Amino acid sequence: MATQHSRTAARLMISPAVILLFLWMIVPLAMTLYFSFLRYNLLMPGMEEWAGFSNYRYFLTDPAFFTALRNTLVLVLGVLMITVTGGILLALLLDQPMWGQGIVRILVIAPFFVMPTVSALVWTNMFMNPVNGLFAHAAKAMGLQPYDFLAQSPLLSITLIVAWQWLPFATLILLTALQSLDSEQMEAAAMDGAGPLSRFVYITVPHLTRSITVVILIQTIFLLSVFAEILVTTNGGPGTASTTLTYLVYVQSMLQFDVGGGAAGGIVAVILANVVAIFLMRMIGRNLDA
Amino acid sequence: MPDMARKTTTARKATVTALAWTVGFLIFFPVLWTFLTSFKTEGEAIAAPPSFLFFDWTVENYLTVNERSDYPRHFWNSVVIAVGSTLLGVLIAIPAAWSLAFVPGRRTRDVLMWMLSTKMMPAVGVLVPMYLIFRDTGLLDTKSGLVGVLTLVNLPIIVWMLYTYFKEIPAEILEAARMDGAGLRSEIIYVLAPMAVPGIASTILLNIILAWNEAFWTLNLAAAKAAPLTAFIASYSSPEGLFYAKLSAASTMAIAPILILGWFSQKQLVRGLTFGAVK
Repeated sequence: MATQHSRTAARLMISPAVILLFLWMIVPLAMTLYFSFLRYNLLMPGMEEWAGFSNYRYFLTDPAFFTALRNTLVLVLGVLMITVTGGILLALLLDQPMWGQGIVRILVIAPFFVMPTVSALVWTNMFMNPVNGLFAHAAKAMGLQPYDFLAQSPLLSITLIVAWQWLPFATLILLTALQSLDSEQMEAAAMDGAGPLSRFVYITVPHLTRSITVVILIQTIFLLSVFAEILVTTNGGPGTASTTLTYLVYVQSMLQFDVGGGAAGGIVAVILANVVAIFLMRMIGRNLDA
Repeated sequence: MPDMARKTTTARKATVTALAWTVGFLIFFPVLWTFLTSFKTEGEAIAAPPSFLFFDWTVENYLTVNERSDYPRHFWNSVVIAVGSTLLGVLIAIPAAWSLAFVPGRRTRDVLMWMLSTKMMPAVGVLVPMYLIFRDTGLLDTKSGLVGVLTLVNLPIIVWMLYTYFKEIPAEILEAARMDGAGLRSEIIYVLAPMAVPGIASTILLNIILAWNEAFWTLNLAAAKAAPLTAFIASYSSPEGLFYAKLSAASTMAIAPILILGWFSQKQLVRGLTFGAVK
């Protein structure tokens, strides 16, 4: 149906977006790659020299790298576990007939719209603070010793904050998926004598599998670059106890002005994210034709 | 029998309702607590036991925050950056999504997937060069610089969202218009545009929300003058003295507009953030 004329027009119309994204993807990334092979510190301008793979060697053998890698894994997996499990339970709950469902939905979705710096500061100060936080008040009221969340378990605290932000996303997507479930199929299964549990296992779960995968993969992309929540709460500490890969690269390049080392870390982060991305792309690509 | 069945459903419905409202309230509580604290005095904000509703409500904090910290300017920065980057992105994305949806070729799929892949690049991978480019071109701490970066960051999502909306416009209508002798221009203006408006509006809404809350580039590339609310709120992480009530007031003002927009965009959120994979 498309004529030669409209094809040319189409190509013209798509080119601004393609060219811009191409530049956005290629130029800075090429620069990062180039810097990663230089000895380049912003405090010593004009002293740049070829460094070969030494930035990579330095970054990859730094004990902080392993801590950061482990912390990144703990954070991502922890948030995923909380949000996916919680999301499934919440979606199942919200899918039931009830009064005021619309309002409950609004309450549940709210955290997603709270900017990361706000949610991190509100949680750390007004809830988790060992002196004035609500949790401390509650502990003291029950005669317990208040727990210093950010000093005792910084990574867990950040995981909880981030999970609070992402629980609505998982819930909303799984709820949307549940609502598209064919009710006739459910009724037919019920008539054939399938109990609630087997209906859940054999109909609901397979129906949700794809949405759960989507939730996991999209969240992973965003969770790998969690930054503001760490910056305003613990600054990656104490020590490197809550430093993730993203934060480590930030510290190296923006606080220690080590452009070369930061760039090498950036490339490592890009490679790791790509492994995740490949899965996501495949899945969404498959969906494109359906 | 039917009477009993009705009774069990009502009882069940009541239980579900109570449970759902409790869970909803707990999840929402931090937002509510921030809102309430913003009307307390600093002393009441840290009082133990905390009072929930029965305190002397005051708007003092809002006045203080507005006067002392140049809040309006940061709010305005957020508006300019979020709305500006969204509109610019939509302007670039509409023609692209139009061609992808209505003039599909052999490469359409590849182009879409490639655009998506740019979104997968972790920001930290290009932090150093972006910082240096911004520094050397004088874009550091400017609104236009952030508008540019956020346009690029969100462009793939905008193209994808528009594409999934445009895709739903039946091609037969276009063919009919062409048969009637409509040119490309009038085809777009009279046939496509009216049908595309709801999709474009949803896209704009969701992207304003994403850009408003973006907290990597805004924190790294704008420290003072052009800092939007994300960066302004971050300055409360090294507070002086009592600050809970003021933090709450600043936070409430920062999240209220987007919370309201967000509540209207629940459906689009699912579609936009899953790139059309879940509708």
